[in-house]
Amino acid sequence: MTLIYPVASNRIHPARLSPAYRSAIKRSPQKPLIPMRHTLSELTGPVYGHETVRANDNDLTIQAKGEPLGERIIVHGHVRDEDGRGVPNTLVELWQANACGRYIHVVDQHPAPLDPNFTGAGRTQSDDRGYYKFITIKPGAYPWGNHHNAWRPAHIHFSVFGHSFVSRLVTQMYFPGDPLFPFDPIFNSVTDEKARARMISSFDLENTKPEWALCYRFDIVLRGRNATPMETK
Amino acid sequence: MSNRPDGITPSQTVGPYFKYGLTPNGEYEWNDAFSNNLLTPDTSGERIRVEGKVYDGDGAVIPDCMLEIWQADSQGRFSDPQDKRALPNSSFKGFGRCGTDKSGAYSFDTIKPGVVPDADGKPQAPHILLAVFARGMLLHLYTRIYFDDETANAADSTLALVPADRRATLIAKKTGGNAYTFDVHLQGDNETVFFDV
Repeated sequence: MTLIYPVASNRIHPARLSPAYRSAIKRSPQKPLIPMRHTLSELTGPVYGHETVRANDNDLTIQAKGEPLGERIIVHGHVRDEDGRGVPNTLVELWQANACGRYIHVVDQHPAPLDPNFTGAGRTQSDDRGYYKFITIKPGAYPWGNHHNAWRPAHIHFSVFGHSFVSRLVTQMYFPGDPLFPFDPIFNSVTDEKARARMISSFDLENTKPEWALCYRFDIVLRGRNATPMETK
Repeated sequence: MSNRPDGITPSQTVGPYFKYGLTPNGEYEWNDAFSNNLLTPDTSGERIRVEGKVYDGDGAVIPDCMLEIWQADSQGRFSDPQDKRALPNSSFKGFGRCGTDKSGAYSFDTIKPGVVPDADGKPQAPHILLAVFARGMLLHLYTRIYFDDETANAADSTLALVPADRRATLIAKKTGGNAYTFDVHLQGDNETVFFDV
């Protein structure tokens, strides 16, 4: 099976220059990107990384001696391509703020407490059908300097690879019903409403673990189509 | 019936705080999934270092940038089963990741890639794919690193797509020994050529 990566699929991504996101103003190119035909260089990609995943790297609540504070949650989902095919055995990396909305990164000086039992970094690999699962703490919202009274909606950063170097994706998973959505220039840099909704996890009662943790589902759809699909129109 | 999804998941910025998760490199306790050293003892080929700095539209260095590279081995084969010509002759994986430091600098230790065919089967000049991620970038950028000591650049079908006066932004300059310099300018007069892939 040969996969293709139509450039048209990229249309739903944010414009690189979304002026409401101030940091983008000096970090986005002003000259047009050059279209080109994909070669083997673009059509292949790293199919490894998952061998670095250690047991329990997908459970961010047991990385330290004690339990982190906050609301324990399960985050799981399906990594698939544009044909709906699961992407098996692919590395899924995640990083996030703690329950108070503070990152352990030294640059984050938001006056909210660090949690000695929470780093906010995790990784796992999708299974043979493309499913992944993390156990973590629901991150808090946090303020940032983009504009007056700017707050990021609670989110978890995800990094995934897929079938080729051009299917690479870094995104953010949001939580349903966040009141900060209308005010966040990063979330709203995706102008298509349906595409924006694909960044919002859904509450998953069925997989919530009674007496233990709520569950959210976040499916990730990457570029990649069968060049010669079997199905006919 | 199809279970084809409505569309792909949109990209969002890596933001300012990815380092402890993606490029800890000893500064945070988390282990690195990838490094900027692609060399293994059995890697064949010409060992090179590619290094440079990343700049914004004001010419300021970008200390919170992540760079990822993807390349063929010295025989032009990719470490991916999708490359049907792959030769299992090396543990060379061809993928590297590096965060920029406070001075905006990065480096990769790797090998000079071999020749890979283009979309028409014609040989391409040796090149490395580079993806650039940073706070302020809602979607990463793709570019290519070529080498200034390769005569094959003149016939490369991708370089030919680039206006002649901008081609130099894609060509790493040999600076002595086995080192090449490749700076990335996200914006400005020397803006690097990025590809719409």
